[in-house]
Amino acid sequence: MIPALDVRDLSLAIGGARVVDGVSFAVRAGEVLALVGESGCGKSITAFAAMRLLPRAVTMTGGQLLLEGNDLAALPESRMRRLRGRRMSMIFQEPLAALDPLSTVGTQVAEATGLRGAAAREAVLAMLGEVGISDPARRIRQYPFELSGGMAQRVMIATALIARPAVLLADEPTTALDVTIQAQILDLLRRLAAERGTAIVLITHDMGVVADIADRVAVMYAGRIAETGPVARIFAAPRHPYTALLLAALPRLGDAPKAALAVIPGQVPLPSAFSAACRFADRCPLVTDRCRQEPPPLREMGADQLSACWHAERVR
Amino acid sequence: MRRLPLSTLLLLAVLLLMAAAAFTAPWISPHDPLRQSLLLRLKPPGSVDPRQGVFLLGTDDLGRDLLARILCGARASFAVAMLSVAVSLVVGVSLGLVAGWVRGWAAAIIMRLVDTMLSIPAILLAVLTVAVIGPSFLSLILVLGLTRWPRYTRVAYASTLQVAAMPYIQASEMAGAGAARILLRHVLPNIAGPLMVVATSEFGLMILFEAGLSFLGLGIQPPAPSWGSIMSAGRQYVERAWWLTVFPGIGLFTLVLCINLLGDAMRDQLDPRSAGR
Ligand SMILES: Nc1ncnc2c1ncn2[C@@H]1O[C@H](COP(=O)(O)OP(=O)(O)O)[C@@H](O)[C@H]1O
Ligand SMILES: [Mg+2]
Repeated sequence: MIPALDVRDLSLAIGGARVVDGVSFAVRAGEVLALVGESGCGKSITAFAAMRLLPRAVTMTGGQLLLEGNDLAALPESRMRRLRGRRMSMIFQEPLAALDPLSTVGTQVAEATGLRGAAAREAVLAMLGEVGISDPARRIRQYPFELSGGMAQRVMIATALIARPAVLLADEPTTALDVTIQAQILDLLRRLAAERGTAIVLITHDMGVVADIADRVAVMYAGRIAETGPVARIFAAPRHPYTALLLAALPRLGDAPKAALAVIPGQVPLPSAFSAACRFADRCPLVTDRCRQEPPPLREMGADQLSACWHAERVR
Repeated sequence: MRRLPLSTLLLLAVLLLMAAAAFTAPWISPHDPLRQSLLLRLKPPGSVDPRQGVFLLGTDDLGRDLLARILCGARASFAVAMLSVAVSLVVGVSLGLVAGWVRGWAAAIIMRLVDTMLSIPAILLAVLTVAVIGPSFLSLILVLGLTRWPRYTRVAYASTLQVAAMPYIQASEMAGAGAARILLRHVLPNIAGPLMVVATSEFGLMILFEAGLSFLGLGIQPPAPSWGSIMSAGRQYVERAWWLTVFPGIGLFTLVLCINLLGDAMRDQLDPRSAGR
């Protein structure tokens, strides 16, 4: 079966800096792939590249984007536009800011259907019900300021999924929401992916979210894939020191709140300072001379797991 | 919606009253504004003629009722101002939306054009153009409309840049909306506030420009009345018949003042830094 979205060797540049460098991942229908990494790793612009809506400063310098087997890079913008919202949608972190303050909920959800009048209204009401919005007939007349963050994210999800796209890119969809709402939204995404066979790329910096929802993970560091594999494998046996540190930073049941939130020392370098060798070397506990000289290739670690670390076998 | 302050309501009431009087002029006017009578030349305000009735604001040099001419002139002023504001609003906002959305070279060209237009005194441009194409109601509207668009373009451009960076605009792009739809459905409503402030102050200016051009004989053509041409004709009788210049002057002053105060009030309402928000 061809993947719903297949990103191959994607490279993006800002000026001369290779912000995203040879990133590959694929998602199949009904599957949730988590794209994880700290802020500044290039997760969002990777998603923007897939939608072919890159910020002006960013250019795609290489790679292929296959949506249901079709090469997106080859499409004229007019065709691409018809795929957005229909075959591939995206939602973001600030759901309230993502709704036009001067349009009603009903109008905004209906826009993505291409329908009008009673047919649009029926479709919108049904979709709002499906994303767990009670009393949709009242909601469609409301303006964004009348919605809570969780409600607004449900509206965004309804808008994104109403045309039954093959792929949903969700960029930190729950980061701005409080914990209980976060869990509800993740459940909803999980359920919709399963029911409708939507492939979801869920972007997050939170391994907790990954554990909750994802089937597979791609860990990104400074514009490269550090490690990918099935969630269970990655959590049980990470094969990249960055993954191991992200997991160690995860608060565990029984830990004192906050106290255990270990942070990884240092920060993601600026794209202009990306090393030609291993980009994680400066923050890595396992670093050796080789890491500073040669970029580590992605290596098979068995059971569908790949790691880009010279010392993958020593990670624990 | 926030409640409007009393002063704003009062301004609105005065304006609406003037607009209503202007647009119903043919029906509420006590006399025919074009009917001449040499026997009734330059009668002072309040004169009574046994057959014609009262001339509340007096008569002009051709014996025409001044009140009727002022009401009828107001209609012309409002019509010219509204239509020319509409023309310049459409032209200016379209250019500003395009510049703010496309940016790059299109914006560079459009905004340089704006700078150029704004560096030429509009009234000079208007006078020259009317002198060339000849005065008429239509040429008045075209000239004013096509010289007064740059301020809208500036405001629309800056606001569009701001709104285009909003997540909800990005969200509509992600949902597959095209540029035209995004600009008309999502950008335009969100930049309408500042544009209305500009339109209001331009409306006041258009009233003044129309009066000015008509005063110079380049606007509304006689015998049709206009505040500018009434004052211009009354100029030679300032000593004998002060009412010919004073009453249209008061009308012009009150109207433009109300519009400008209303524009200021609107700007304060829209300004997030102003109190009461
Ligand atoms: N609109 C933009 N213009 C210029 N640089 C950008 C823009 N958006 C992101 N970047 C840069 O691209 C890099 C990756 O950013 P991003 O994809 O937002 O990371 P993440 O989503 O992983 O936090 C960062 O270095 C950021 O500064
Ligand atoms: Mg991001």
